[in-house]
Amino acid sequence: MTLAAYDESGVADLPDRTVVARRLTLWLGLLLLATMTGSLATGAASTSLWAAFGDLAQGRALSRVDETILWNIRLPRTLLGALVGAALAVSGAMMQGLFRNPLADPGLVGVSAGAGLGAIAAIVLGAMLPAGLMASVGTYLVPLAAFAGGWVTTLVLYRVSTRGGRTSVATMLLAGIALGALAGAVSGLLVYAADDQQLRDLTFWGLGSLAGATWGKLMAAAPIILLALLGAPFLARGLNALALGEAAAGHLGIPVQRIKNLTVLAVAAATGAAVAVSGGIGFVGIVVPHLLRLASGPDHKTLLPNAALLGASLLLGADMISRTVIAPAELPIGIVTAILGAPVFLWILLRRRMVVDL
Amino acid sequence: MRLLSILVAATLAAPAGADPAERIVSIGGSITEIVYELDQQHRLIARDTTSTFPEVALDLPDVGYVRALSPEGVLSVNPELVLAEVDAGPPEALAVLKEAGMPLVLIPDDPTAAGILEKIRAVGAALDVDAQAGALADNVAAQLDRTTARANAVAEGERKRVLFILSGEGGRILAAGRNTEAATVIGMAGAINALDGFEGYKPVSDEAIVQAAPDVILMMTRGGAVMVDNDALFALPAIAATPAGENRAVIRMGGQYLLGFGPRTAQAVQDLADALYKEQAHDSGGL
Repeated sequence: MTLAAYDESGVADLPDRTVVARRLTLWLGLLLLATMTGSLATGAASTSLWAAFGDLAQGRALSRVDETILWNIRLPRTLLGALVGAALAVSGAMMQGLFRNPLADPGLVGVSAGAGLGAIAAIVLGAMLPAGLMASVGTYLVPLAAFAGGWVTTLVLYRVSTRGGRTSVATMLLAGIALGALAGAVSGLLVYAADDQQLRDLTFWGLGSLAGATWGKLMAAAPIILLALLGAPFLARGLNALALGEAAAGHLGIPVQRIKNLTVLAVAAATGAAVAVSGGIGFVGIVVPHLLRLASGPDHKTLLPNAALLGASLLLGADMISRTVIAPAELPIGIVTAILGAPVFLWILLRRRMVVDL
Repeated sequence: MRLLSILVAATLAAPAGADPAERIVSIGGSITEIVYELDQQHRLIARDTTSTFPEVALDLPDVGYVRALSPEGVLSVNPELVLAEVDAGPPEALAVLKEAGMPLVLIPDDPTAAGILEKIRAVGAALDVDAQAGALADNVAAQLDRTTARANAVAEGERKRVLFILSGEGGRILAAGRNTEAATVIGMAGAINALDGFEGYKPVSDEAIVQAAPDVILMMTRGGAVMVDNDALFALPAIAATPAGENRAVIRMGGQYLLGFGPRTAQAVQDLADALYKEQAHDSGGL
């Protein structure tokens, strides 16, 4: 499709681009370090990271409020933001590779809609659970349900589009849209049944936020996201080959079906965990891989790690805006990423039309 | 009422407890109202988004929406005490505040007449001004008793059927059913909630509205602004076919005033009852 046309234009200067991409990795790594430091140093409160370092260096204890702000609010939030941003961006890059479609994003495999359904069900129906169970699951009910919802939808979709051990990517794309519509309709039923307060919770969940970041949530999400992120580079060669078409990739000796299986699993895991802890955060999965392809080409070996670094930096940057722009209140981060992401996405679309008309 | 509470506060302000909290964040519109009624507003340093009355409260920094608080935002104003409605959240944010050693008092928020008095006493206890709060609660209780007596005096057959419309944007009507603040207030004013076939605020079909046959439409104004004007409202076919539509009978009141279940609720109920039953006496000749 369009990506192929775009690839050909890049083939001639491929060696150059690899060098550019490697150099980019270094710069993006530094950018991530800077945004992480920035994220620890900024916030609504006046607590200063540098003053805290100074105090600690001189053996002085921090005040309880400062300690809570730095250790229990900003640090888990920064780490969670970096993980979620990396997960969304890498998932997006992998989906675009798998579907050979530059407009694919993790939402296409039904993860987002399924996770949304899980979260809505937990918010609306959670009150019906026995009090004992509620007390033990408590604040983890919504993220757990979101994760389960994302997974179940992905597995159903995968079963639907796999026949005789072969997964049809085209069927998956269409069935993903159908399942998304179904999940949306069931969510609508639940929204109808929701009371006033639940409706307000639903609205805010849908807008996404890192405000609820705690060590507990981080510890729950980190192993899943890290596993998917660390596994992603092993799929890079396969995804590169898939860009030539499934048959061609097969002739190159790429285990096509296994690459598809593992890609879907990794995306479902990373996106499911990310959506579960942060709600609906849009556009990172589309904008980040596209920016990187424009800068350094479509080679997944460098695209995937670079996407992780840029996605993490971008989400941390958006989060810094979300928590300072109307401080002491907070703007949901989904609003920030969409306001920044949508115009960039439009710009990409317009630029692409100059290369080849969609 | 305000004057009375100021007088009471002035006489009782002296014997305060040991070092009461002076930097307070109030989370919840009715809680903020009560703090002002208790004349303790000098201790407020921040509010939530739903705290919009009295208007001077808007000058305080806003720490966010009552259900979507950010713990760092709350801590950033450096409070000594956080007063919050029981349904404030998210729970993670409250947990982090507790972890930071922030005194957090959750105020019960039961949308009934008794709930208002409980809320006033709870705020008073948290602010260490129990005596003023007791006086305010007694005052509000007396007003509520008067409105109840008046509501009970309305003969069974003369009770108006009231349809509360939360929003009517684009002709889609979102109305109040059972177990809503609106239904409670309508009952307190001696009227009948026209729709009782469902719970909560739900979109209703045109036919259900015609069948409910409301005598009066009740709507909110938001910051003084009317959301759907009378001509647009009565042009809706479902509304036009009801007794309320025939008489162009609509009452509009401020949302927080009408449904906030705070110290002004007794007055709001009285206003609603006035609008329902007094004006009828005026209008019956003319219309």
